[in-house]
Amino acid sequence: MTLTTPLPSVAPSPAMPARLFAAGPHADATLHAARFGPLPATTGLVATLRDSGLTGRGGGAFPVAAKIDALTGPPATIIGNGSEGEPLSRKDATLLHHAPHLVIDGLLLLAAALNPKARLVIVARPDGVDSVRHALRERADGRDIEVRVAEDRFVSGEATAVVAGLAGAPALPKDHPLHLTQRGVGRRPTLLFNVETLAHVALIGRYGAGWFRSLGTPEDPGTRLLSINGDGIGEHVLEVPGGTRIIDALTAVGANPDAVQAVLVGGFHGRWVPARHLTRSLTPRPAPDADGAPVGAGVILAIGVETCGLTVTGSILEYLAAESAGQCGPCVLGLPRLATRYAEHASGQEVDASRVWQLIETLPGRGACHHPDGTAALARSALTVFTAELDRHRAGTCCEGPHR
Amino acid sequence: MTRPTPSPTLHIDWTRCQARGACLELLPDLLHPDEDGYPLPAAPARQRTNIPLRAAQLPAAQDAVALCPRLALTLRREK
Repeated sequence: MTLTTPLPSVAPSPAMPARLFAAGPHADATLHAARFGPLPATTGLVATLRDSGLTGRGGGAFPVAAKIDALTGPPATIIGNGSEGEPLSRKDATLLHHAPHLVIDGLLLLAAALNPKARLVIVARPDGVDSVRHALRERADGRDIEVRVAEDRFVSGEATAVVAGLAGAPALPKDHPLHLTQRGVGRRPTLLFNVETLAHVALIGRYGAGWFRSLGTPEDPGTRLLSINGDGIGEHVLEVPGGTRIIDALTAVGANPDAVQAVLVGGFHGRWVPARHLTRSLTPRPAPDADGAPVGAGVILAIGVETCGLTVTGSILEYLAAESAGQCGPCVLGLPRLATRYAEHASGQEVDASRVWQLIETLPGRGACHHPDGTAALARSALTVFTAELDRHRAGTCCEGPHR
Repeated sequence: MTRPTPSPTLHIDWTRCQARGACLELLPDLLHPDEDGYPLPAAPARQRTNIPLRAAQLPAAQDAVALCPRLALTLRREK
């Protein structure tokens, strides 16, 4: 689907910062150098990254410095992951298209700081890959960076799946009793960062931790990219400060919040936020008090007042069931069953809620990756948020409007 | 600097497990079958792949590791 649709433009919104795209759209080596200057020295880079509080932008929000600290030796391979298996996610391809040199800079800085002989790889979706290859040809220091095309599957962006792909196997998650920082590519310590994370490394290396923290919140310092989609909104990639409110992200791309019924925050493994809670802030991790909305890898889907969130979720659950890698029994058997029971329950036919809730409780935690966990969390969220719709489905009166 | 010995965990490789059930027989108070016969640890969801073991469960866990026909189980001592 992404091969035919053009990537979103990166014209800055007046209300939002422009750090990652500060060199403008289609920033080639000349524009990049004019805006950002040459690669900075790497002295103290890891300490600066620690002070900056930068967390991974691939969805896990794990602190970058902590991941580096977890290495059991110099990283033999450093990977920039732009696999972006989430169909609604466009931020990584957009970043690689418009600002590839920042990503390359970040990869080179980490290599210089940690292991100049490391194997360096950028994995990109087809619509980001040409731009990366072109950018690498533009610079003398990019010669040794490999570019790999990501597999077009939901789970193929998961870290162990990327590593499996580099080894020539199908890009599917693997059982990993040890972290990649201990045993990754070639069974040696491996660092894998989302490509947006690397772009922030390039900026922090130049401007420092204080500069990075001058935007965002103490809990979520700096900026992050969002992929915003939805009824009547179109597709956007937007850079926002950490801790931005959902409503502010929506209005920045021209959406009318009054026409929004609910927002799925965090993508297909995310959580529904009803319209009355659009003033909630995006948070890097799930908050125990449920007062924030975990942003995950930054995917936001807004549905209009005519759309039924229960039905949309049913379609997503079917998609996610089909995207199981087919490796782990509880996922292979459980996800299609969840989609079926959810559909029966959400449509109002099956009144005994325990059949779907029992699955939601038992699915998580039993797989080589978190696909079952995220899928169960989505079902849980929909059944918790759309209770009024559930009542109407039982009464046979909901969803007169157009919906998918 | 000495660290306390971390409690051992039983790691399940879900890509290997095919619900043969030997572990369920050996560790009835640790693992229960789900509706397809796959092990469902009583542990919280985030500990269902690396399941904490009590000392008394260790011998049975070692048997389960040795007897799993799919070689899906390993005993881990480090975190």
